[in-house]
Amino acid sequence: MLSRWTPPRYPFRPPRELEAEAQGTAPVHHPVVIVGAGMVGLTVALDLARHGIATVVIDDDDTVSIGSRAICLAKRTLEIYDRLGLGQRVLDKGVTWKVGKVFHGSALAYAFDLLPEAGHRMPAFVNLQQYYLEAWLVEACVESGLVDLRWKSRLVSLSREEDHVRLEVETPAGMYTMTADWLLACDGARSTVRAALDLPFVGKVFRDRFLIADVVLKGEVPFPSERWFWFDPPFHPGQSVLLHKQPDDMWRIDFQLGWEADPEEEKRPERVIPRIRAMLGEGIEFDLEWVSVYTFRCRRLERFVHDRVIFLGDSAHQVSPFGARGGNGGVQDADNLAWKLAAVLRGTAPPSLLGTYDAERIPAADENILNSTRATDFITPKTEAVRAYRDAVLQLARDHAFARRMVNSGRLSSPHCYAATPLSTPDVEAWAAGPPPGAPAIDAPVADGWLLERLGGRPVLVLFGAVPDPALPGLATLRLPADGVAAERYGALAGGAYLFRPDQHVAARFAAPTPEAVASALARLWGRVPAEGRIAAA
Amino acid sequence: MRKLDTAPRLSDPDAVFAALAEAHRGLSPEESRRLDAALVLVLANHIGDAEVLHGAIAVARAAIHAPAAWGDTAGTVP
Repeated sequence: MLSRWTPPRYPFRPPRELEAEAQGTAPVHHPVVIVGAGMVGLTVALDLARHGIATVVIDDDDTVSIGSRAICLAKRTLEIYDRLGLGQRVLDKGVTWKVGKVFHGSALAYAFDLLPEAGHRMPAFVNLQQYYLEAWLVEACVESGLVDLRWKSRLVSLSREEDHVRLEVETPAGMYTMTADWLLACDGARSTVRAALDLPFVGKVFRDRFLIADVVLKGEVPFPSERWFWFDPPFHPGQSVLLHKQPDDMWRIDFQLGWEADPEEEKRPERVIPRIRAMLGEGIEFDLEWVSVYTFRCRRLERFVHDRVIFLGDSAHQVSPFGARGGNGGVQDADNLAWKLAAVLRGTAPPSLLGTYDAERIPAADENILNSTRATDFITPKTEAVRAYRDAVLQLARDHAFARRMVNSGRLSSPHCYAATPLSTPDVEAWAAGPPPGAPAIDAPVADGWLLERLGGRPVLVLFGAVPDPALPGLATLRLPADGVAAERYGALAGGAYLFRPDQHVAARFAAPTPEAVASALARLWGRVPAEGRIAAA
Repeated sequence: MRKLDTAPRLSDPDAVFAALAEAHRGLSPEESRRLDAALVLVLANHIGDAEVLHGAIAVARAAIHAPAAWGDTAGTVP
């Protein structure tokens, strides 16, 4: 039970499939079934709903995720939730932060600022318990009228047919079968769907154990809203400690324990409380909210798209928590897939567009795994020789900037640039600044709000200055001055235009947008082969 | 005459750290110690400047004698 908030219990409602089952009629068919109503499953359901697509979501539980789950929402994730309509609520409740400090012993080794410039709607990071986010996602899904949430509904089996997927679901009121055009597996690191398809999930295990505690601190707390990381602090010698603030006076503390630690023994309050007491000193009262002991892994599926079954989040890829790349990576999976799947279901894009989910999100997962692996290897050196390098880096970092750059307590989640995607149109002109094709949009203040708010979730052509509007049917345009903050951030002080995808990544940019060039880039971003010959002839 | 440059020069410091760690994979502690010694000699030759090397030695000696921790505060800002 949580001390500060009572999680909702969602009712099981017998679906019409049970009736069909009883009458022996054909299974009910759905365009999209999502397995797992966690952060990623609910996010992709809501995103699909915003694109007008109805989904069925099944989950074996009847409430939100409790325990030591994702807490750090990165800027790009916040921008995605803003597009989905939850941004302000996250900002209002969450703890905003952007400064990280790394200590060696009890001395500050260095500090970093993740968003040193102003003029962005969203901050670098907001910390928020995953259960709040999930509860709000459920509310938004229900309000959309397009998400059929089915609690206490467990996937028992699935089979891949010629042009659909067949699922068997167990509920408190009996079993039923349904079929779907697409099945989205959002059922986490221990994915039932992945097991049912017998897909290898390979990678590495780090030989270390970490105690993760959520603690309510009372009274005056000597820590600001920053990420603090200690190597070898006096209160936990020889190991590392990470501290994050959450709403409701809740603090997340990770204690590195070493491989030899006994996970069951270390979870006992008699062991945990003295560790926290040593860290906080005698003056601070606290309550333990949640304690668990983890061993971290980095691994992924070879591919995320398996015919009509598509994997998102931890079911597709798993990382260690240093860098906050698990939850954020999963939300960005949803952001990447939703618009593509919606277009394929509407028939406005070819099914091959879904192949680009693999082409774009596998490199993104690899980037997250690489960064998370390097951070974990720095925090847990595998040999004495590497520990000597690590400790030398920390000692050099006091006085030398070059060593500070090597201190790795987690490289914090930043969105992947889809550099090699087939959906981008390569630059024709040389651009001295601005995000290249494949990169996410950079926010900026505009006349009546923020650039990203104006982009929304559809393709938009942003025109800087007096460049002519190609006036293509079905393509929204937004004209911005060539002397503002936005023009500066986009390297467009002399004019130009950017074409954005529905997930707000750059599809193409033009010094002087012609209707032919923009039409070609637009066709390409929808996964249609641009008809170069036809345009040239026209 | 060149002075030791301690400004950040590496475009991907994490990759450099990972490469150094990887170089020690599978070595015994004694082999690791000799690998590091060989590595320093190879790099010293590449630098080819005794003054830079003396500067580097001074920085490294200062670093290992830097206090691992100062003060005995628990959980407060140093």
